[in-house]
Amino acid sequence: MTAVSMTVNGKAVSADVEDRTLLVYFLREHLQLTGTHIGCDTSQCGACTVHLDGKAVKSCTIFVGQADGANVTTIEGLARDGVLHPVQEAFRENHGLQCGFCTPGMIMTAVDMIRRKPNLDREIIRHELEGNICRCTGYHNIVSAIEDAANRMKESAKDNAA
Amino acid sequence: MSMIPYAFSYRRPKSLAEAEAFFAASPESRFLAGGQTLIPTMKMRLAMPPELIDISGLADLKFIRAEAGQIVIGAGVKHADVATAPEVRKAIPALAELVGMIGDPAVRHMGTLGGSIANNDPAADYPGALVGLGATVKTTRAEYAADEFFTGMFSTALADGEIVTSVSFPVPKMAAYAKFPNPASRYAMAGVFVAMFAEGVRVAVTGAGSCVFRVPAMEKALAVSFAPAAVAGISVSPEDLNSDIHASAEYRAHLVGVMAGRAVATALSR
Repeated sequence: MTAVSMTVNGKAVSADVEDRTLLVYFLREHLQLTGTHIGCDTSQCGACTVHLDGKAVKSCTIFVGQADGANVTTIEGLARDGVLHPVQEAFRENHGLQCGFCTPGMIMTAVDMIRRKPNLDREIIRHELEGNICRCTGYHNIVSAIEDAANRMKESAKDNAA
Repeated sequence: MSMIPYAFSYRRPKSLAEAEAFFAASPESRFLAGGQTLIPTMKMRLAMPPELIDISGLADLKFIRAEAGQIVIGAGVKHADVATAPEVRKAIPALAELVGMIGDPAVRHMGTLGGSIANNDPAADYPGALVGLGATVKTTRAEYAADEFFTGMFSTALADGEIVTSVSFPVPKMAAYAKFPNPASRYAMAGVFVAMFAEGVRVAVTGAGSCVFRVPAMEKALAVSFAPAAVAGISVSPEDLNSDIHASAEYRAHLVGVMAGRAVATALSR
């Protein structure tokens, strides 16, 4: 067993867990944060994407010990005071989901990509989505949602600066 | 609670010396860097070390330095950080581009230089850059020329318990990497790194064979005339190349020629 403590969605958490615990199981089964999904379990599909110290990672491919002391954000941590994050809002408005299973991972990846790439276009978005698979093949609207979110966030950053 | 993988113990040493001591006490253990290959392998139970020694937190392995004629990168530096480092992009843009093609963005946030080369997957990208640039691998015990470091499929010159600490990449006059990715896995079906130095040209191929290799005939031709046409007539024998459901050895041999030509064209276009 190993004692871990970390910050998840702004809250300090600690637990004694088996060393073999993957971060995604810690989130889902210890913390009951079931918004993070397990899709393939082989590091390919990206449904389990969360942010580790602000960077998108696949939580099925990280042992909980590796996240000891880290700051973790999951899909549950994006909305503020009941207001959806602009990326969540853009997915809703652009119908960026079909069955919804890949959506938490798509959104966490999208937030990370918008942070890293200030000038996204549809081609870059498609390239950046390489590690996220939508088996409904709903990519067209996912790309539209991310493009829309990136534009909104750029506008609101301009408004805030003004 | 569902549990993948089997039970093992996880340790986080505070220094390289402590990591080596942990290994000496448990010689079947494995070092864990970013885990982007090792963890999936453990989930499949293709690897079942009783203990993991997590060296990803060691600050000694996390640096990028521009020195005279070379870029030195700590083994613990993550792919995303190499791909975006201004000193790498300025001195060896081909290296930054190659690293930006590894896996996907989330994998690049965890995977490390040392982990990739210690694993030496035949279809990994990094070995192409190390051999193509004639890099030097520094470990806790020795230094190796890249040509001697990669010894075969998933095998290297590293002894048990030896840890890669950094890699020095000589700065070329021109270089580029061209990769034909497997459409599903994005691993290289054939990746060719071409670099031109004052002393000559190096051509390294990854993905096509069981281990990264050089193509002396292309190196000689490009030293005479650094142009895509120089490699157009040079064929690589399919005899020792990989053949699988994705591509035959003959197809991979053809890809090596095409990728070499593209890499030369890209190098010239900068």
